[in-house]
Amino acid sequence: MRFGVVVFPGTNCEFDTYRALGEVLGLEVAYVWHQERDLSGLDGVILAGGFSYGDYLRTGAIARFSPVMASVAEFAERGGLVMGICNGFQILCEAGLLPGALQRNNHLQFRCAWSYLRVENNSTPFTNQTSQGQLLRIPVNHGEGNYFADPETLAELNRHGQVLFRYADAEGRITDEANPNGSVENIAGICNRRGNVMGMMPHPERACEAILGSEDGKYLFMSMVNHLKGRAACV
Amino acid sequence: MSEPVWTQVGLTEQEYRRVCDILGREPNYVELQMFGVMWSEHCSYKHSKASLKKLPTKGPRVIQGPGENAGVVQVTDDLAVAFKVESHNHPSFVEPFQGAATGVGGILRDVFTMGARPIAVLDSLRFGPLDDPKQRRLFAGAVEGIGHYGNCMGIPTVGGEVYFEESYRGNCLVNAMCVGLLRPEKIRKGVARGIGNSIMVVGARTGRDGIYGASLLASAEFNAEAEDKRPSVQVGDPFMEKLLLEACMELFETDAVVGIQDMGAAGLMSSSSEMAARGNVGLEIDVRKVPAREEGMEPWEFLLSESQERMLVCVQRGREAEVEAIFQKWGLLSAVIGHVTDDGMIRVKDGDRVVAEVPAHALADEAPVYHPEKKEPTYLAELRRFDPSTIPQPEDWNATFLKLLNSPNIGSREWIYRQYDHMVLLGTVVAPGGDAALLRLDSAALPGPHPATATSGVEQAGVARGSKVGLALSIDCNGRYAYLNPRRGAAIAVAEAARNCVVTGAKPVAITNCLNFGNPEKPEIFWTFDEAVEGIAEACEALETPVTGGNVSFYNETNGEPIYPTPTIGMVAIHPNLDRRVTPGFKQQDDVIVLLGQTRDELGGSEYLKVIHGVVGGDAPALDLAFEKRLQKAVLTAIHDGLVTAAHDVAEGGVAVALAEMALAAEPGAWGCQVNLMIPEGRIDSALFGESQSRVILTVRPEKMTQLQALLLAEEIPFQVLGDVTNSGRFQLTGMTPGVHSSSVFRRQTLIDLPMAEVEKAYKEAIPQWMGA
Repeated sequence: MRFGVVVFPGTNCEFDTYRALGEVLGLEVAYVWHQERDLSGLDGVILAGGFSYGDYLRTGAIARFSPVMASVAEFAERGGLVMGICNGFQILCEAGLLPGALQRNNHLQFRCAWSYLRVENNSTPFTNQTSQGQLLRIPVNHGEGNYFADPETLAELNRHGQVLFRYADAEGRITDEANPNGSVENIAGICNRRGNVMGMMPHPERACEAILGSEDGKYLFMSMVNHLKGRAACV
Repeated sequence: MSEPVWTQVGLTEQEYRRVCDILGREPNYVELQMFGVMWSEHCSYKHSKASLKKLPTKGPRVIQGPGENAGVVQVTDDLAVAFKVESHNHPSFVEPFQGAATGVGGILRDVFTMGARPIAVLDSLRFGPLDDPKQRRLFAGAVEGIGHYGNCMGIPTVGGEVYFEESYRGNCLVNAMCVGLLRPEKIRKGVARGIGNSIMVVGARTGRDGIYGASLLASAEFNAEAEDKRPSVQVGDPFMEKLLLEACMELFETDAVVGIQDMGAAGLMSSSSEMAARGNVGLEIDVRKVPAREEGMEPWEFLLSESQERMLVCVQRGREAEVEAIFQKWGLLSAVIGHVTDDGMIRVKDGDRVVAEVPAHALADEAPVYHPEKKEPTYLAELRRFDPSTIPQPEDWNATFLKLLNSPNIGSREWIYRQYDHMVLLGTVVAPGGDAALLRLDSAALPGPHPATATSGVEQAGVARGSKVGLALSIDCNGRYAYLNPRRGAAIAVAEAARNCVVTGAKPVAITNCLNFGNPEKPEIFWTFDEAVEGIAEACEALETPVTGGNVSFYNETNGEPIYPTPTIGMVAIHPNLDRRVTPGFKQQDDVIVLLGQTRDELGGSEYLKVIHGVVGGDAPALDLAFEKRLQKAVLTAIHDGLVTAAHDVAEGGVAVALAEMALAAEPGAWGCQVNLMIPEGRIDSALFGESQSRVILTVRPEKMTQLQALLLAEEIPFQVLGDVTNSGRFQLTGMTPGVHSSSVFRRQTLIDLPMAEVEKAYKEAIPQWMGA
């Protein structure tokens, strides 16, 4: 089982993601350069956080046109697991692999802080090691993480269990105060209808070691591993 | 034009004569521009050089001292850190977002040009009071700019400090410090060598931005036309710099590089002349070969442009294509613009035409060295005459305490650091908000090239895997102390920066400094500068933390009003065992709270005096460096003996505020404290809020108290057991004071008794009440 961490010019969380997967969880992991077209041999692809192409024009807007993204789309089409973290989520939305868009935080400031995520659907390849309603302590770090989707899309997402996480307070309540960016319905992470492509603004790779304040990020990566091993039911 | 030629480039007539003597002729226009910028205060340190010689610069861990782009100290057998602090004050005052952003960009380049991968940024900020909308705009803009650059680069901003004082209203301070990780054998230097080797410009194109930044913006006072200088402020592109960083890290793996230097202040001019001077060689460069952003640039504009995200590299002859390929991979330009010569001249060509020919040493090393006149300012005697015993003590200690916690100089800095990515690279073990930032070496940061593109043999990860070694970093200066007593204030800045690291369990090893002062040509200003340097020297000698480099920022005044002398100290400390790391927050109910050090009856320069009584006066707190050293040693011993559950430096706001900060950072189940201060003599306000130096508050498990006592007695550290951690949700502080009828009979009186929620609200709202949530 092998994971790829995609590196665009301006990506800056690839070292962290590599460390979390490779060194902390002991998984096989490799960097994937943005000009790469060949994703064969990979079971999961992670688009790491950062500022691809400086976030110029619009977050993720340029990265979606890079050679590797065509391959990521094919990879997803074939059923491969794709996870977009932060800037990765933004790119997946721009590429049309996930619905909706990420706007500037409603308070217009960059926000780096711990957040609580309530698991809304634990029967996906990314959440099968969590329990429904479980609270995960994982930090956010973004200026444009304000998730938006039109009412029909939202209804679709909710109907099909595509909302994976919502921002919550320490007691698990979904409140405005717990929402770090103004995301509609406190949405922190979603997946596609098929369930093999997911995006989230919080950074699970920053929450995989106790010394850093939380190990809850491991649940997500281990869910992917578990799914790939075929032990969990595929959505 | 009636103005003499020399004043147009910021030189004096005498300096101009000196140039003529060196050249044996009058300089032409381009040469005059070159001397103007290279002999500016910012580039030549002509007023500060003589004083700076007093600083201790040597120590067993120092690999690179002052004189290079950054200092370097050894951390473990195979890893070292490069670090430096620099100011970007005037640009930030003119345009806070870009000024602060490019300040960060510049200091990052200073560090990675040494061959180090940046792993942390810290900032030290000063503005006028926040009730002034202009100050709020400057503060918000600078914080956003710092965040913008660091966040985009993927380098965590892990710590800093901020003060709001009247004296910075017309001249804010934005100092940025960067720390980078490197393998000591891979250190790179800003030197040109080897006749015939190529000189290359890499990174961004050169435009007309930032021209005169070093001379007219950084080396002159401000007046009402400050805003007109906006064109002298550079514009940053952190995305470009991220690519430049990765390309440079990859470049350093080859032995094609002879030397490299950031093109910062005075751009191509300073980088070329300094590299040539260090290598005792000459350079011939053709400005037409520099990739330009616009057409029609004049030769002197190429030389003086401060366009960001560029480096000058000396490359082995014949290896240029290798360099080009690396930069191309990262989507960056590179161009050979000249070569190394043996005649020691900087020869600038515009195509075939020679437009300037000047000895490199004349530009880089032969600026006049001034020994400015100094005179103790008359205001000092007046300030120090203030007698705190003349002011009434407050009647409501609760209200006084809350008001102090609500001061933007004391309250929570979360509004700032939540705008900074302080976690990326997975090294941040203690985030901003404590005394010092604490990083682990065993992080995701690699001291080498990006493994995604580099050739085999490159480290993929885990350079310090399993290592328990950490780095504590702090940046400190209380400008008010330095105002009242420059020498002692500067020494306190060193002592406090060290203490902030010590309370995490780390041993201070070296400093970098950023000396922010007014116009050194004024004897009263220069006196404060020279005194402050003495103070730093004394403290660094005593605490064995040599100075590895830094930056002097003069002319911080507007319309003749100088800032407080602000000698900012950036400290690097090594934590030998992160399993023993200590943070300020209370950990557990019943932990015993102990105050180490001596509380003197002193209120001079305190935040209490300013906020409650509206007075800035008296003398800075006393400082006994020998005792400071003993205290720091004792605290480190106590921490590494496993006796300490929490530790915090006592600083602005005194014991009461220090306790509040520990209580507010508590773990669940330790929400509150009950303490009793013995106040056998002196005033209650100085016991609570006085800022006596060399004090630390520790907590310890009750069963370890005897062991701690034995240690403190053996080390001859005076201490007071204050009380214990509760979980009552209340902050309770009583005082034992001599009775009215008999001074030998002590009475206990309740001074502060508040719900923690109220304490928290006052502390948290300190900045948001002005800036919005």
